[in-house]
Amino acid sequence: MILASGEMFLDNPVFHGRLWDATAETLLMMVFTTLAVAAFGLPLGVLLHSVSPKGLTPAAPVYRVISLIVDFGRSIPFIILMIALIPFTRFVVGSALGWQATVVPLAVGAIPFFARLVQNALREVDSGKVEAVQMMGASKGHITYHVLIREALPGIVGALTVTVVTLISYTAMAGTIGGGGLGALAIDYGYRRYQSDTMVACIVLLVALVALVQWIGDTVVRKIDHR
Amino acid sequence: MIELRAVSKVYPGGVTALDSVDLSIGAGEIHGIVGRSGAGKSTLIRCLTGLDPATSGEITIDGVNLGTARGAALMKARRKIGMVFQHVNLLDSRTAEKNIAHPLEVAGVPAAERKRRVDELLELVGLSDRRKNYPAQLSGGQKQRVGIARALAAEPRVLLCDEPTSALDSATTRQILSLIRSLRDRLGITVVIITHEMSVVREICDSVSLLSEGRIERSGPLLEVIQDTGSPLSKELISLPPTAHLQADATIVEALVAAEGGLADVGELFALLGRHGFSAQVAAGTIETIQGRQVGRLHFTPGDRDEAERMAAVLREAGVHAELTTAATVQREDAARQEDNEAHDGRDGQEGGAR
Repeated sequence: MILASGEMFLDNPVFHGRLWDATAETLLMMVFTTLAVAAFGLPLGVLLHSVSPKGLTPAAPVYRVISLIVDFGRSIPFIILMIALIPFTRFVVGSALGWQATVVPLAVGAIPFFARLVQNALREVDSGKVEAVQMMGASKGHITYHVLIREALPGIVGALTVTVVTLISYTAMAGTIGGGGLGALAIDYGYRRYQSDTMVACIVLLVALVALVQWIGDTVVRKIDHR
Repeated sequence: MIELRAVSKVYPGGVTALDSVDLSIGAGEIHGIVGRSGAGKSTLIRCLTGLDPATSGEITIDGVNLGTARGAALMKARRKIGMVFQHVNLLDSRTAEKNIAHPLEVAGVPAAERKRRVDELLELVGLSDRRKNYPAQLSGGQKQRVGIARALAAEPRVLLCDEPTSALDSATTRQILSLIRSLRDRLGITVVIITHEMSVVREICDSVSLLSEGRIERSGPLLEVIQDTGSPLSKELISLPPTAHLQADATIVEALVAAEGGLADVGELFALLGRHGFSAQVAAGTIETIQGRQVGRLHFTPGDRDEAERMAAVLREAGVHAELTTAATVQREDAARQEDNEAHDGRDGQEGGAR
């Protein structure tokens, strides 16, 4: 039994040295990736919705092109994207190793995913609300910000939560190619050195992290959702 | 105030939703536009607001041609029009007061002035104690009050109402309608109400238009339209309960008390029939008071064709519209109307489900 070997937990030097560093790395990866995803994915999702056939400024050719790029980004498995992006990552952060380097493929992979979710959330906004505000003589910019984004905000926050939870599992994958964080620790010690206790600790921390993110997401949605 | 000249709307694919519509609505009037499902009512209101521009023709509201206005000019013109929707379309993320203030924000009214105006409007629709509530915390009738206050916020000269009471129960409907009327009286605005409910027209409209297959079939002051006795619109406005219990070949005398120079009310009609010794049964009857005048449509079932003829003659002499018909004809008309109402309810149900 893994849990029966209780003494091992306190004796294992990994717990004193690496575990908290790895947790901090995972947290940093997530925070920076989330910021990048929100900063680029939200405008991309808004753009997708605006030029879509039901949007405020329908433009079929533009929509098809952006749609294609977004789907292209979404269809590449993350582990392959990570490797394919190494030159780009080196260019952006100066290295292909460590948690900073992992942020780049994580963001690139998650931005199109989040953009699609944003588009879906915006599509859910009743067209009657848009018409009502159009009747006030409002500009498209006003409608986009004050009606579409504001009314879809609970959905958008929910989408961001889903995206961040997915990101957590991706950070673990990044561990296989020297990405740092809890995933790397689990692979280096838990898998390669057969330290079951490290594996368990990593799993527990990752699960706790996911639960924390979900709780934050749900709490924010509760605060802003007046439907 | 509102002038339509030869307005047509043809959708891509060749469907003609509006076919050369002419309509004139005077300032301060409450005008009802009625018609069956698919008659073009929704298209007409979308053309009036420029949400869906007309294919051809001229639409002038308060001197501004909405038919040709685009971009900034259209945005400006829309601020002169308040719009009330069937599903209210309030923003769920805003409280009642923020929803009402929204058109003022769009128009760039300073915050202090906005607050003063919102207070006034909340007072006007009787919701001052609900200002901090979100739409989800309001009842259907309260939401529509907020919707009306919002429509009036930017002090429009025209209020367009698209099925404003179709999603409300009958008691709330009456409250909303009397609110609309009192607002018209106090503010002098022109109101257009699109509806499939004849009761709405009877209750508050000064004038009415019947839209049928994209054309205005009949338009005029309410009493005048009702007095146009044989017309379908008159029959719709003062409609009778179904008479399924009658034998199909039974003769019916239909009488309408509404005419200028005719009998003052239904009581006089019975007195008249009594004086002439008729004792016919009343199969169905509807009596309404419209604009302070009693209007009644009655179906009598005399014993035979001969008695029916004599009865109709007496009534006509007294200036009452009377015509002979049979139960079969009446029942057929009932069935058609029933079908149309069901079509309407079915559509509303779908809309509700999609939300």
